[in-house]
Amino acid sequence: MEPVDGNAIGGMLYDVFGCEMTMAQAECGRCGARGPLAECEVYLGGPGIVVRCRGCHDIMMLLVEVREMICVDLGGLSELERPARR
Amino acid sequence: MAGAAVLGGLTWRVATVTAVVDETPRVRTLELEVAGWQGHLAGQHVDVRLTAEDGYRAERAYSLASAPGEPPAITVERLEDGEVSPYLTETVRRGDAFELRGPIGGYFVWRPVDGGPLFLAAGGSGVAPMRSILRHRRNTMSDVRARLFYSSRTLEDVIYRTELDGEEVVHSLTRAQPPGWTGYARRVDVDLLREVAWPAEDGPLAFVCGPTSFVESVAAGLVELGYASGRIKTERFGGTGGS
Repeated sequence: MEPVDGNAIGGMLYDVFGCEMTMAQAECGRCGARGPLAECEVYLGGPGIVVRCRGCHDIMMLLVEVREMICVDLGGLSELERPARR
Repeated sequence: MAGAAVLGGLTWRVATVTAVVDETPRVRTLELEVAGWQGHLAGQHVDVRLTAEDGYRAERAYSLASAPGEPPAITVERLEDGEVSPYLTETVRRGDAFELRGPIGGYFVWRPVDGGPLFLAAGGSGVAPMRSILRHRRNTMSDVRARLFYSSRTLEDVIYRTELDGEEVVHSLTRAQPPGWTGYARRVDVDLLREVAWPAEDGPLAFVCGPTSFVESVAAGLVELGYASGRIKTERFGGTGGS
């Protein structure tokens, strides 16, 4: 399955964080690469959504929807900076 | 929580189809009326949600194909194994309604103040947000130069063909070409980009949308040509869709 990117989950991220997140700067906990969430690799279609680093491909974030509740694992991120509202 | 707005979240709204435009044999544009629509930016998208009688739900993201200030519209390509696109391209009629939330996204967005020159690259139905950007540029009488590189399988698969005649567009037809075709007839690579993209010295701003492999080729090619990676905005929609 070919990955998409963070744009595709912009709606879900908005729901989870309460604001626009595709511009949020995410830092990979493994290789330290930094960039907007929009540019991360995103794998849809599994039981959950997997967000991977575009540099080292390690898992940065997992999102699983269970009975209309979204569970989020941010364990692969060393930093997530919310964008300024504009 | 269904149908309720989380604090600061996005609300699912009812979208009613006001017009159906057949773009190609596999692609349709749906013009929509959405109660409470607050307007959108060029390049943003919406999530569409369909609910089956048994409660099963499927969601897909679609780029907005209309310009800011215009009613929302989406352009949908039928995917044979799709859960959402067969309904949107075959079943839906004017007056029908479905759920939608948005507008979504702040990254793949162009505002006139962002400047250019704009180099837009689209594969297949990845041309939808480019129509929004090109219309916005026109509607705001922006003097930013814009050029679209557009890869399709065949001439019959070219979306917005008449409208794009009024823009600066370089086509490539990757599968079949009509007799006398003088445009490109191959998949995008760095040599092709060197011929069609603005030179890096002009400080261009690039938007690239299409199937993942198309986007990867274009983004890598533009970086090789010296484009600043922060000036290349990408949006990938996976392994399907013709380019």
